Amino acid sequence: MQRHLISAADLTRDDAVLILDTAEEMARVADRPIKKLPTLRGRTIVNLFFEDSTRTRISFEAAEKRLSADVINFSAKGSSVSKGESLKDTAQTLEAMGVDAVVIRHGASGAPYRLANSGWIDAAVINAGDGTHQHPTQALLDAFTMRRRLIGRDAGLGQDLSGKRITVVGDVLHSRVARSNVDLLHTLGAEVTLVAPPTLVPVGVDSWPCAVSYDLDSTLPKSDAVMMLRVQRERMNAAFFPTEREYSRRYGLDGDRMARLPEHAIVMHPGPMVRGMEITAEVADSGRCTAVEQVANGVSIRMAVLYLLLGGNEPAVTHSRTEEK
Amino acid sequence: MSKILIRGAKVLGGAPQDVLIDGETVAEVGTGLSADGAEVVEAGGKVLLPGLVDLHTHLREPGREDSETVLTGTRAAASGGYTAVFAMANTFPVADTAGVVEQVWRLGQEHGYCDVQPIGAVTVGLEGRKLAELGAMHESAAGVTVFSDDGKCVDDAVIMRRALEYVKAFGGVVAQHAQEPRLTEGAQMNEGVVSAELGLGGWPAVAEESVIARDVLLADHVGSRVHICHLSTAGSVEIVRWAKSRGIQVTAEVTPHHLLLTDELVRTYNPVYKVNPPLRTERDVLALREALADGTIDIVATDHAPHPHEDKDCEWAAAAMGMVGLETALSVVQETMVDTGLLDWAGVADRMSFKPARIGQATGHGRPVSAGEPANLTLVDTEYRGRVDPAGFASRSRNTPYEGRELPGRVTHTWLRGKATLVDGKLT
Amino acid sequence: MDKHVTPAPAQASDARPVLEGPDIARVLTRIAHEIVERAKGADDVVLLGIPTRGVFLAQRLAAKLEQITDRAVPVGSLDITMYRDDLRMHPPRALARTEIPADGIDGRLVVLVDDVLFSGRTIRAALDALNDIGRPRAVQLAVLVDRGHRELPIRADYVGKNLPTSLRETVKVQLAEEDGRDTVLLGAKPAAQ
Repeated sequence: MQRHLISAADLTRDDAVLILDTAEEMARVADRPIKKLPTLRGRTIVNLFFEDSTRTRISFEAAEKRLSADVINFSAKGSSVSKGESLKDTAQTLEAMGVDAVVIRHGASGAPYRLANSGWIDAAVINAGDGTHQHPTQALLDAFTMRRRLIGRDAGLGQDLSGKRITVVGDVLHSRVARSNVDLLHTLGAEVTLVAPPTLVPVGVDSWPCAVSYDLDSTLPKSDAVMMLRVQRERMNAAFFPTEREYSRRYGLDGDRMARLPEHAIVMHPGPMVRGMEITAEVADSGRCTAVEQVANGVSIRMAVLYLLLGGNEPAVTHSRTEEK
Repeated sequence: MSKILIRGAKVLGGAPQDVLIDGETVAEVGTGLSADGAEVVEAGGKVLLPGLVDLHTHLREPGREDSETVLTGTRAAASGGYTAVFAMANTFPVADTAGVVEQVWRLGQEHGYCDVQPIGAVTVGLEGRKLAELGAMHESAAGVTVFSDDGKCVDDAVIMRRALEYVKAFGGVVAQHAQEPRLTEGAQMNEGVVSAELGLGGWPAVAEESVIARDVLLADHVGSRVHICHLSTAGSVEIVRWAKSRGIQVTAEVTPHHLLLTDELVRTYNPVYKVNPPLRTERDVLALREALADGTIDIVATDHAPHPHEDKDCEWAAAAMGMVGLETALSVVQETMVDTGLLDWAGVADRMSFKPARIGQATGHGRPVSAGEPANLTLVDTEYRGRVDPAGFASRSRNTPYEGRELPGRVTHTWLRGKATLVDGKLT
Repeated sequence: MDKHVTPAPAQASDARPVLEGPDIARVLTRIAHEIVERAKGADDVVLLGIPTRGVFLAQRLAAKLEQITDRAVPVGSLDITMYRDDLRMHPPRALARTEIPADGIDGRLVVLVDDVLFSGRTIRAALDALNDIGRPRAVQLAVLVDRGHRELPIRADYVGKNLPTSLRETVKVQLAEEDGRDTVLLGAKPAAQ
């Protein structure tokens, strides 16, 4: 039985559209006086976070609780994990407690895949970000935000993102958000362009289903959405770029650059934003920036994913690659 | 001493012949030899090779006896058809003194499954800063002739130059683990299409190639010979080919796994495929096979690297690098080189016995199968095909990338100086 | 009622109509009048259809109520998927729309509208769903067909047609909005495979 969500690349177009459509219905729950559905009553979900990420953890937790699941938060900090307990032992401990699903965030690329395929555990595994590999629910919430803004809440139902031009700017090399988005947006029919200094684009990117540009200014006028990735200041010390100032001058989004975007285009950011680095406060606080909306949409998307993977006797989402035969 | 008659063996893959072992030496090779007073082994068309010699084995003792010991490692070697192995220096303590290398050498002698020739560290503690007492290790009972910091690269150009020069005094050779450390910080797998997708730190081919290029130029400059460990990229092949064409004294080895496996396997995130140097691309694999066939790469060496189960039963980034190889090496070479028509069995004998013995100066090993030579022999059932089952390994570790894979060939007998160490696939 | 219950191919030919287009229009008119009568003018009525076909029936009822009372009647939809008691027995179903009229349901008379009343489990789920949305003054139930075989203590307040059936039979409601024509078909279940 295929019941994990490890990589955005595993979703078919129909799976992805089903998740987005389901999330639209989930979003309406947030408008109700009682923001709760009984759907996952009696199911236990553990949020297994080996990496600090309060935002993602809270988002999953809100989604789980709105679906009435029992939620266990497991943070690696201060736990036996930091004392050398292995992922396997942790997994088996959770298994022994009768957990139905594990939402895992891990610093090592592939840790969720291992968890799902190593036979350590029976529970469904949902990847909440692994190393520099994947963050599929982030890509889904981004696509959800784009569909709402570029097509419309109701008009978007059943639709993919065919023909939409999406520009992803920043540290692609170290970004699981970029990888997930390239995979999912391609599946949904969008045209993706990555923009970054050559040092922050991985060797082997030529096999990705997207274009690569080193020039932000020429790409902006042809973008329906521009997604700014966080750039960590420490990258400077490893000579990925000379100075913060030079980076933001060449690849940061300020008011002047935003003016080059088509009228309808939106500015996205997965957060947390480094203001003054990849994005100026002026842009971040403008009405075109969807950063806050993305956070709200994250809960709806995660509710949809949890419902479709755990709501029935088998998942509604088919997988193409992740599962070993 | 007893006599053994091996009847009807294809010596180096040639026409069936009988080989008579008397005591520690081969007494006679011919047809219709008398079995009088000899124990007869019916070879029935199996291929007889000189005992295999591995220039690159990690026996882990002293220090990591949980993964391998000299006893279990040499039993694995005998099981794979080897009669001599060179034990790498990255033990705990490091084999950087005469004391440690003598201990390892003695253990090999005591157990008697396979000759163990210790490799000495080039620098103290493999730290790359200060030369170890290379002369003392050479003069010890172990008679070390090969020096390597394997696992780490001698990346300081001056230290490498001095080591290359210094060992000339007693005819030693430095075996370089070519890995530019800065280019491989945080590296987890071959840098390319697959690493980009999987988000695993890339290990660029150039990190290996740049060091090889520097070292062949250094060897040329100081008139020394250099050996390149586990060469893994098409670019490295080109550099070695160029160096040899210039008359530079360079020899190179390739591991069985780099002849067969590619980085596509890493998509499973199964750390059994995690190894240093990393699995490369199909293009590299084909270049390595071709180079081994045309002699650019001199030998096959296993880089047998045992690890306990827990060091592989984890997420990729946390896992140890390395694979066991002694018990599958010949099968992989048959699969990739012989069954593909790239190499005949005489070629296999050359790449897995004659040449490694010559590079490592392993006296009495890598000799022709002829009268008067030491009876270090390996009998291989080349018609056999079967699935690899690590449960049957003699090695203490099971970290093989071939579990469940069907491979050809099976070593049925191994003789070390006339004494059978493996009979009908069972260790004695 | 939902897309996962695909009609057996044989049904169309074997099934016989028990209500035709004009019958359906007539019973809806009757139900509308009953609602006005029992709700004393229906000025606080909110109609909530249960997807898919209950929604169309609710809209038709609303139109009829408007004709009778000359006032617009709030109409919406109530998807009960997430409240079903058999979720764990099937793959997750695609969700349908829940659309509550702008003035909400607090203090109103909610009339739930569905096409077929059978086990009563759908209505049980609908009552749970309502509970999370607001507090109506009262809840009533209108169905086009009541085919019996209740598994819960639930009854309809307005019934278009009582249709005694055996468990081996299927009842299929088709409506012009979804199926291109109005009819209620009674057929035999395909033999167990």
